[in-house]
Amino acid sequence: MKFVDEFRDANLARTLLDRIHRVCTSQWTIMEVCGGQTHSILRHGIDQALAGSVQLLHGPGCPVCVTPAAAIDQAIAVAQQPGVILTSFGDMLRVPGTTDSLLQAKSRGADVRIVYSPLDAVALACQHPQSNVIFFAVGFETTAPATALAVLQADRLGLANFKTLVHHVCVLPAMEFIGRSPENRVQAFLAAGHVCTVTGYEAYQSFCQRYRLPVVVTGFEPVDLLQGILECVTLLETKQVAVINAYSRSVRSPGNRRARQLLAEVFETVARPWRGLGVIDQGGMVLRPRFARFDAAAGVGVGEHGGSTTPPESDSDADQRCRSGDVMTGRIRPPQCPHFGTTCRPQRPLGAPMVSSEGACAAYFAYQSGSPINTTQAPNR
Amino acid sequence: MCLAIPGQVVRWLEKQPPFCEAEVRFLGITRRCNLSCVPEAREGDYVIVHAGVAISIVDAAAAEQLLATISMPEITAQFNGNPP
Ligand code: SF4
Repeated sequence: MKFVDEFRDANLARTLLDRIHRVCTSQWTIMEVCGGQTHSILRHGIDQALAGSVQLLHGPGCPVCVTPAAAIDQAIAVAQQPGVILTSFGDMLRVPGTTDSLLQAKSRGADVRIVYSPLDAVALACQHPQSNVIFFAVGFETTAPATALAVLQADRLGLANFKTLVHHVCVLPAMEFIGRSPENRVQAFLAAGHVCTVTGYEAYQSFCQRYRLPVVVTGFEPVDLLQGILECVTLLETKQVAVINAYSRSVRSPGNRRARQLLAEVFETVARPWRGLGVIDQGGMVLRPRFARFDAAAGVGVGEHGGSTTPPESDSDADQRCRSGDVMTGRIRPPQCPHFGTTCRPQRPLGAPMVSSEGACAAYFAYQSGSPINTTQAPNR
Repeated sequence: MCLAIPGQVVRWLEKQPPFCEAEVRFLGITRRCNLSCVPEAREGDYVIVHAGVAISIVDAAAAEQLLATISMPEITAQFNGNPP
């Protein structure tokens, strides 16, 4: 191998771990926001290696997990209409709506297809002028620029058969939701590195000061995570309330200017229900009125199987046994859910965090028996 | 879907936003990606790609180190929309 495997270097990881343990005079509670970080932490046993010094709580940064059941019902209702090709990311297909998943709708004959990018859905619409190609758009500020580009491309091409069901969500309002909760236990946040690549981290300054919570922008590899955690505990131990960028190889303070412009051009932020959490102020993105003709919810009507295509106003339809809200706000860890590993397993999930490749419950199920700091395994990307 | 993959810009195909496109190589796999958010990227540069859209340019050494930890099946699974 040409380059030293620096980001997974076991010796560097041990050095960082030792420093974290030395710096900590008591145990700190830190939340990583992004589901990709959660999987990396569990996969490499970082949570266990930090025991006694840092307790990691796993935040709401899994877009599949926070998409309301009613939004999935809506996508199924759209998919069941004649002449519709419904497209989405692979993770969305197995997530249960009120009663069904998109995969079940597909097995009943709906034309549901997995795409890697919303731009692939635009290409599909060009190839199938007789069909309505709908992209079920979920994800944070990382994937939203791709949906914005898809809408702009469809607009430029004058495509009448491409539409989207937009359920994009914004990270910072969810952190505010946790920060202002009277039950909040989080003492500092590891912010999601790739979201910050798009949004930058200027907006985190006022959040950090308002809630007196330090924020460290952090990457995804084991060494990235340990570096972010070390910065975090150093701030906590020295009683500093600040925002630090520990992922400077990808993140700049203003973020990606063009990606931010795309988001501002195509979307506006609104209050949206998050699965398990309830309505979050400014927590969602919807199409601006000038792009309303690309809104599948407005254009297609009501599904023939009775499902409503009205956007969900609440999240009262998800399985009430699922404790995902408690997991995503750090009130419990997945194994403390009474259904974990029994009535809820990846093959028969009760809730979305057990389905998604970024969900905390799936991460515990897959890696909980893992040994501390395993740097030889393949990474979780 | 939130997971990013680093790739190397092989060849620009189109420079007009929102259609800015280039061929980007991820280990052995080459794919068309949208570079509207990083129009300053040059052939040979490494970019971080999310859902088909490059969101940043990263240092070559850092990208290669990262790529060395990713396997081909993981990249294929991403492109097929089935992240592991
Ligand atoms: S284990 Fe299952 S039921 Fe419990 S919180 Fe996780 S997804 Fe929900």
